[in-house]
Amino acid sequence: MKHVIETKEVAGSPNFQLTRFQQLVDWAVNSSRANSLWPMPFGTACCAIEFMATAASRYDFARFGMERQAFSPRQADVLICAGRLPFKLAPVIRRIYDQMPQPKWVISMGACASTGGIFDNYAMVQGIDTIIPVDVYVPGCPPRPEGLLYGVLLLHKKIKGESLFDAVRRRDEQPLDERGLRLPPEQIDEISEPFGNSIHQFRSA
Amino acid sequence: MNPSVDALRATFGDAIGRAADVCGDTIVSVRRERLYEIMKWLRATPGQRYDYLVDVTAVEYRDRERPLEVVYFLRSLERRADLRVKVELDPTGDLTVDSVTPVWAGGNWLEREVYDMFGITFRGHPDLRRILMWETYAEGYPLRKDFPLRGRFSRAEQVRQALNANPEAHYSMEELSIAEAYTELPADMRERLRKGERGKIPHSE
Repeated sequence: MKHVIETKEVAGSPNFQLTRFQQLVDWAVNSSRANSLWPMPFGTACCAIEFMATAASRYDFARFGMERQAFSPRQADVLICAGRLPFKLAPVIRRIYDQMPQPKWVISMGACASTGGIFDNYAMVQGIDTIIPVDVYVPGCPPRPEGLLYGVLLLHKKIKGESLFDAVRRRDEQPLDERGLRLPPEQIDEISEPFGNSIHQFRSA
Repeated sequence: MNPSVDALRATFGDAIGRAADVCGDTIVSVRRERLYEIMKWLRATPGQRYDYLVDVTAVEYRDRERPLEVVYFLRSLERRADLRVKVELDPTGDLTVDSVTPVWAGGNWLEREVYDMFGITFRGHPDLRRILMWETYAEGYPLRKDFPLRGRFSRAEQVRQALNANPEAHYSMEELSIAEAYTELPADMRERLRKGERGKIPHSE
């Protein structure tokens, strides 16, 4: 499974050359990936409006290589969840994420996608990281286009730090476990705990 | 006061309860046993002709002594008149009223929504199942006063149930309107639909 090339036993200069070669490969691969991200917009709420503003001419994220928006997950690199996610859509976004080819990244745009936001209720997922792994969280309600662009640039930075040869710096597919969950239940409960103003709302009855 | 109230009293006598004029709208409460009869009469009688069912909803008050109300918003397009009809139900007793879908076909989804959110059963409804929450939703009826804001289950359990839901099982064959194209579907999709918990497939082999 692991493709880490063992370099310790190689003595002297070949070690250095191999490392330089790996760095070169990583640089080439990562630059290509980072500078031609194809976003898959998953817009469910007002964040999608800001997303559209980001895609439109004034902010124009095509400048950062996101020229082609993929409205099919099969041709997408980065899933941008813009807006709140109700539980009814949880299996949908999970399926879309599963349909995306590796390597893939996720941007959680806005307070609702990241934490559930003001919707701390029975119908809303409290952060999409309970469903799919998230790379960049963009705060805001909704974030301004500059915010989303900053998130995209952070994602570029993250991609450029990845390595094909180092399993720690490469993220593999994260399938659901036998319960159908991505995280252990205790962890989901913990990250779904009310915070901020929500703690003043009690469970009625 | 809407003249329909007097006409109702003259026709149905003590089946008509309180009537009030609130902000220019007339609210009349009727006995649940004769609701269907009264609604049919309001729809069909010349001089009444309430031909448009604007909305069906329900109200549960914080005061536990007060009954749960099902509210029908009627409008007569030709007479430009509005009438609001209420049926009172005992929240601890049997939550069943007659469906008005045979009278106004538009009542179908409205009554499904009331059933989904309040658990009120509409007798004679052609297709009474949840419409907003998914059909395997097991936590109860979210708009009832005894329903906790964040739902009955833990967040982890909610995520587990949501992720294990089949996103394709929310729609009946009629809603997907692929029933007539059934034979043209790929074999695996036909197999899934046949096994699926959703509705019967008309004219299947």
